[in-house]
Amino acid sequence: MSDILANFFSMGNFNPGFIIILAGLLCIFIPVSEIRKALVLLAPIAGGVLIFQQFTSAEVIGGIWQVGPLKLTTLRIDSLAIIWGYIFCLAGVLNAIFGFHEKCKITDSSALIYMGAAVAAVFAGDLITLFVFWELTAISSVFLIWKGGDGSFQAGIRYLAYHVTSGVLLLAGAVIYGMSRGGDYSFNYIGLDAPGAWLILLGMGIKVGFPFLHNWIQDSYPKASITGTVILSVFTTKLALYALARGFPGTELLIYIGAIMTCFPVFFAVIENDLRKVLAYSLNNQLGFMVCGIGIGSQLAMNGVAGQVVAHVIFKSLLFMSMGAVMHRVGTAKASELGGLFRSMPITAVFCLIGAGSIAAFPLLAGFVTKSMIITSAIDHASYGGGPAMWVVVLMLLFASAGVMEHSGIKVPHFTFFAHDGGHRVKEAPWNMLVAMGLAAALCIFLASPIPGIGGYKWLYSMLPYDVEYNPYTTDHVVFQLQLLFAAMFAFAFLKRQGVYPDERKAEILDFDWTHRKLGANIAIWVGAMWTRLSANGANVRASFVDVAGRRLQQLFSPAGAFSAASPSGLPALLTSAMLAFAMIVIFVAAT
Amino acid sequence: MDLLSFFPEWVMTHGAALLVVLPLLMGVVLAILPSEKLAWALAFIVALICSVLALGLVLQIFGGESLVYSMGGWDPPHGISYVVDALSAPVLLLISLMAVLCLLYAWPSVRAEVEPKKRAPFYAAFLVCMAGLLGMVVTGDAFNVFVFLEVSSISTYVLVGMGASRDRRALTASFNYLILGSIGATFFVVGLGFLFMETGTLNMADMARILRDLDGGSRVAQVAFAFIIIGLGLKLAMFPLHVWLPSAYAHSPSFVTAFLASTATKAALYLLLRFTFTIFDVNINYVGRAEMILLVGFGVAGMIFASLQAIFQTDARRTLAYSSVAQVGYMLLGIGLATAAGAAAGYLHLLNHAVIKGGLFICLGAMWYRFGITRISDFRGLSKTMPWTMGAFTISALSLIGVPFTAGFVSKVNLATAAANEGWWWAVGVIVITSILAIIYMGNILKEAYFKEPPVVNGAIVARNEAPLMMLIPMWALALASIAIGINSDLMVQAANGAAELLFPVTNALPGGVTP
Repeated sequence: MSDILANFFSMGNFNPGFIIILAGLLCIFIPVSEIRKALVLLAPIAGGVLIFQQFTSAEVIGGIWQVGPLKLTTLRIDSLAIIWGYIFCLAGVLNAIFGFHEKCKITDSSALIYMGAAVAAVFAGDLITLFVFWELTAISSVFLIWKGGDGSFQAGIRYLAYHVTSGVLLLAGAVIYGMSRGGDYSFNYIGLDAPGAWLILLGMGIKVGFPFLHNWIQDSYPKASITGTVILSVFTTKLALYALARGFPGTELLIYIGAIMTCFPVFFAVIENDLRKVLAYSLNNQLGFMVCGIGIGSQLAMNGVAGQVVAHVIFKSLLFMSMGAVMHRVGTAKASELGGLFRSMPITAVFCLIGAGSIAAFPLLAGFVTKSMIITSAIDHASYGGGPAMWVVVLMLLFASAGVMEHSGIKVPHFTFFAHDGGHRVKEAPWNMLVAMGLAAALCIFLASPIPGIGGYKWLYSMLPYDVEYNPYTTDHVVFQLQLLFAAMFAFAFLKRQGVYPDERKAEILDFDWTHRKLGANIAIWVGAMWTRLSANGANVRASFVDVAGRRLQQLFSPAGAFSAASPSGLPALLTSAMLAFAMIVIFVAAT
Repeated sequence: MDLLSFFPEWVMTHGAALLVVLPLLMGVVLAILPSEKLAWALAFIVALICSVLALGLVLQIFGGESLVYSMGGWDPPHGISYVVDALSAPVLLLISLMAVLCLLYAWPSVRAEVEPKKRAPFYAAFLVCMAGLLGMVVTGDAFNVFVFLEVSSISTYVLVGMGASRDRRALTASFNYLILGSIGATFFVVGLGFLFMETGTLNMADMARILRDLDGGSRVAQVAFAFIIIGLGLKLAMFPLHVWLPSAYAHSPSFVTAFLASTATKAALYLLLRFTFTIFDVNINYVGRAEMILLVGFGVAGMIFASLQAIFQTDARRTLAYSSVAQVGYMLLGIGLATAAGAAAGYLHLLNHAVIKGGLFICLGAMWYRFGITRISDFRGLSKTMPWTMGAFTISALSLIGVPFTAGFVSKVNLATAAANEGWWWAVGVIVITSILAIIYMGNILKEAYFKEPPVVNGAIVARNEAPLMMLIPMWALALASIAIGINSDLMVQAANGAAELLFPVTNALPGGVTP
């Protein structure tokens, strides 16, 4: 053991995720809620400080660990990974403040382990380490889902099924990939041509929510506990996004996958009633933008992806937090039961609006300065040899941008805080939730600030992996974006006026999860029924066979019917002889 | 190897014989003892001595020498010889250590499950069974193997039947086991007869040499091979021949189940390794091919079907019993690969599975002891009513599934690697799928225990009622052993490599475990 420790510390650096995981493990044994809360708050801060201390401008490699024939690189910090590391730690702090009121040992420890595993996975230098923490994020986070209400257990199981499959695919791909490179498992650019790459891509695709593999997001996130959803929304998908950005930048296929990802959730989000589910769909849509950016793979696009991750984590957390605060006070997040809450929760309403504006990419708010980079790079790509298909992609992205505005920017705050009064007269959100939301809202404004002196987008850009000159605040860009947004607003208002806009209805919307939740379940039920029938029939046939045989033998040998008390060991004995005959035939054939 | 110097000289020279003779003789003494306490104490002391002897032998083997002991001074091939080598020594240690742990557990458990006046004979039968198992493993004489096989089997039928005072179905289970076990033993001895006809000797080493000189021998040897594989297959619960096992495990006293699950099938598997690798040589064409078809075929079929059957059981002991059949499939797959790595992986799983299953069955026994439960649906809330027992159960269950940092992971990874080295990717797939099935059937139990509240009896929630210390010690010893193996598998891998080295002239079949 001392060897291992010496190995870890003599290198002078180790994966900051370990500290957070360790804190999470400690939490299991701490009975006092206040101490746990301090740990939950301090661990991500410590993690962030560690990242800062260990990172030099070049790539830092460390924590080499020889396990049998495998060389594991448990730490690799470079300009790409560090952004994810920082934003995860920041999100950890926000989540800690937001969940301060909740006295739950399981949530605290699993949140920390989950967060630590995500940080550790981002800094993993090889595929095997990545796999280990990949699975750990899934296993530790499922407890957050199980802490939710009705149906959360089943949703958690489905969630686990998706993620374990994803991990298994990743591992299988990694093994094939590593073997083909003579046991070198280091995690760098993979590309689709490498052996095993498709398996790896599929594994990552499940976790990032590729179309038709995305259902776990909308299925499980809304069912988790209030704080759980906020925590969940940050890490898993962003970790997978990092893995994609590391392994498959510039893969053309991802452009199209991403474009489809941005568009299809729009329709579901519009008709969905559960607002947390709406946000889950919009999460999917946002991920589409980033996947698309990874597919384009130019320096500007990669910068856009990294920047968008930072902004997205902040504003998405903010939106989930505001919905969480509403749920905490009102007890529901169904659009049909909410409304008019701006009177009783004005501060939350303001924060929610800031988050909604950010996700819709209003100028002066966080989404604007980052998302525009991706769209600009898509337009660049289309103009310089992308072909007509690329213009379709650009149009899809624009449509999706308007769609985001529609469902996250307008629908969520509208139905919660305005619209017809739901009759709820509740208190403002607890202070800790307000602080967390306030911090996130301040960051949304701060990161997009065009004023030179106070940080602003230039500061954000300086953190990004590549040095690219880009200015989001050009006149035509701002004007274009505003037009897009106002068109979306107009469409909403118009449809609402005309009564065409889908009302808030209580309904469970099944999209692709129909295949496994209805079709698959029915198939399973059918097979189960058939199996029961078949085995019952089999038993009948066997019983009647034994019966008949027994009667015959009785007539032949024993009038008292000694044989009819069908000896259960008779059949196996016969089987044994049959096996012997089979073995002899096999050996006879093998010998000749 | 400083430990070796603690053992007196006679342990080294006569240890092999004492290991078998001591429990056999004491078994006779125990049968006439009036007091169960005295019987238990004596049995425990015998098991302890046997463990020490086996440890001495293992240390000696690890030191690099094999040991051949001639019974009564009659040298082989005419006399009976006892052979302790890298293949047999770890199994000897496994059997004696499991006997010690199970006996610790027996103190409370046997009192709850066996009629008072039958308890002393019960321990006697147990010692005889143990002597038989040790004898099977240590002897170098083929006919002597049959004798000890019968010694252990007959005493096992008695032990299983003793469960009748708790569960009347133990009688039919015992009877079924008797019929099928006898058929297996008969097949085995018929095979030996053919083998004797072909080679003219009963000494194993001699047989191996003559068979090699004959280049596999005539049809007679081939028939002998078929009989022996099927005979042993029945004893070790190879898939379609496993029907005796679930009832025997489910209805016998829980102490017997724990001991049998971790030793009896393992000793039979050891014999299979002996006969298919050292007496019959894999290089003989029909042996290698037949093994590949028979052992791998039935092994894989067992892995899949028995796992599926385990899922649909409602009785936890039956679930574990079917899982045992599936795990035997893993070992057969390793052996059937007929490579050094495969045999080593199979051997490794043999040792690890004994640790895992022993622990699981002891936990189940403790649950029966406190609450009288065996059905899975009765596990509700056990994590609250018996937290320590459930903790040990959970660790062993995870190990059975093959979660990293447990013993099950080590052997499954080695097995998968061995299969992959041969290019048998489908086998790797089957291992993965059956591991998922294991998650399902163990998960069924864990789910009940962790996610349901304890039942309400007479208006009050069932209170916490932890198993007695004598049960907690062995179950936690095994659970911790399984984690220890998972973290540092050096010793186990070394043992498996040693065994493989004996079967194949290759060093270090397994590249090393999960060892930092």
